[in-house]
Amino acid sequence: MSIRVENISKRFGNFVALDNISLDLPEGQLTALLGPSGSGKTTLLRIIAGLEAPDSGKIEFYGKDQTHQHVSERGVGFVFQHYALFKHMTVFENVAYGLTVKPRNERPSKAEIHKRVMSLLELVQLDWTAHRYPNQLSGGQRQRIALARALAVEPKVLLLDEPFGALDAKVRAELRRWLRKLHDEIHVTSVFVTHDQEEALEVSDRIVVMNHGSVEQEGTPDEVYEHPATPFVYGFLGSVNLFHGRFEQQQIVVGGDAIPHQDELLNHGSDVYAFARPNELTIVTDPTASHGIAAKVTQVLAYGLNPRVELESIADGSSVQHFQVSLPAHDIKALALETGQQVRLVPSRLKVFERTEASATGDEAK
Amino acid sequence: MSNTAKAKSVIPGFNITMGFSLLYLTFIFLIPVGGLLLYTSLMSWDEFWRAVSHPQVVASYKLSFGASFIGASINLVFGFLAAWVLVRYQFPGKRLIDALIDLPFALPTAVAGIALVTLYASTGWVGQYFELFDIRIAYTQIGVVIALTYIGLPFVVRTVQPVLEDFESELEEASAALGASRLTTIRKVILPALLPALLTGFALAFARALGEYGSVVFISGNLPYATEITPLLIVAKAEQYDYNGAAAIGTVMLFAAFILLLVINFLQWWSSRRFSH
Repeated sequence: MSIRVENISKRFGNFVALDNISLDLPEGQLTALLGPSGSGKTTLLRIIAGLEAPDSGKIEFYGKDQTHQHVSERGVGFVFQHYALFKHMTVFENVAYGLTVKPRNERPSKAEIHKRVMSLLELVQLDWTAHRYPNQLSGGQRQRIALARALAVEPKVLLLDEPFGALDAKVRAELRRWLRKLHDEIHVTSVFVTHDQEEALEVSDRIVVMNHGSVEQEGTPDEVYEHPATPFVYGFLGSVNLFHGRFEQQQIVVGGDAIPHQDELLNHGSDVYAFARPNELTIVTDPTASHGIAAKVTQVLAYGLNPRVELESIADGSSVQHFQVSLPAHDIKALALETGQQVRLVPSRLKVFERTEASATGDEAK
Repeated sequence: MSNTAKAKSVIPGFNITMGFSLLYLTFIFLIPVGGLLLYTSLMSWDEFWRAVSHPQVVASYKLSFGASFIGASINLVFGFLAAWVLVRYQFPGKRLIDALIDLPFALPTAVAGIALVTLYASTGWVGQYFELFDIRIAYTQIGVVIALTYIGLPFVVRTVQPVLEDFESELEEASAALGASRLTTIRKVILPALLPALLTGFALAFARALGEYGSVVFISGNLPYATEITPLLIVAKAEQYDYNGAAAIGTVMLFAAFILLLVINFLQWWSSRRFSH
């Protein structure tokens, strides 16, 4: 294991930022720390880097304790959300910085520095910007320069704090693919922080989902998406429809309606959260059908990249619930739905969690 | 220029604001300075030269410019330090200290001068300990430097403070993560970003010290050839109805100060161009 996080805790005043976190991050992989703001992901990254000190616990790189090492001695590459390029230096000087500040006896020769910087600039495809200043570059270009600068010192681990957070959607998508490709070429153990589940699923080899200073789940993107361990993870990794109900006689009772559901592990009579992704619901237009959840159509969007039907629960005194069903556009048209029409929602797949004190936080994920 | 004046803006009014600015500058600045030059121009070249090159006057230039320069330099270092402490750290009494920084602006300079002389006289609270080492502060050039340092302190602090507040600490973190030592980070990352502000603060403190009169006259003792500052000589000449002599020295001060400020402003312009890419 190249990065080991052992029982790390950190408080800011009364706020518990990290609550006894332990993680093993495999060598050569790109790991995403995913979570909402305030989940502690950035704090954890900064503690790994040595920019922040933990209250207790241990950080190891390749078996060597780093907990009390100064950031400048850990050999990390750190990429900041807002680039943090040195404005008064050219792109070349920025990338060369880590090499030029080395003690004289370790510093490479001028020619060697020049060669390394230029090859890094070629790697990030920006060798033509060497003599420009950072403010003459676009956001995406600046972040690539920041990455080249971090790589110049040949870091043992590369840490990226919301690296695409300040960029617009198109550049973001481009840079994501580019980072994935770059990582496949250089294989440096990397950790990046993001609050964007799509980004985490698309780019990383491993995802660590965090919430309230704890790890909710870790695994490959596929594991985390297909087999979420907690309601929070389910809710955080994409759009979701939530039904509050009770498990009774192989069905889930939601208000006056019921959905059939087989589950050996659920206790009879327990309160449950039942989740279905928008593409796991079908619409039955006959409102008198015997099963499915009654709902009212509020909006039909049979166009665009994500054709869908928006619905809400039929109010029975409690608050109105919102639902979303994704269907191919021609299917939506074939249903001939009208706003206000009553239908029933039948899930093709359902993920059910028993409602406990701990899982109550799943509500926030919605 | 004509572009900015004619460009459409949500708050029009170039003509009226420019007009008022010029009028204001005329009354407040141009007429008094013009008067000074007019007085000087009434003298013959010989008279002027004799007035401004008298050894006593030359000694006062050396003291005024030298002590102001030393005072501003001291403020450059300690003002930067004070600004750093006030921006970067939280501690009890921070607001109080922040407010105290401006006191040299508000306190009548005569009060400051008397306070300083009381402290630094050879029998004063501080002066008596220096006396043990045979160092005299009051009535020497050291006293002049102290007074000029005191009145210049707020300038460096107040010009550096806002720039430091805007300085992203991420830049320091980036530098440290790249392996730079603390000193290297200060030298290569922080100082270049603060240089324009530091130069401005220095220029203001220097200019203020050049013109200072009230606080210095008490602590300097005003010994001819030793602790006489130029503003004091001007006042002395004016009191003896030698208005021409006073105006001549004033003119020299004016041009010297103007040239120095011009140089410093140029440095500041250069550094902000160099470092704010």
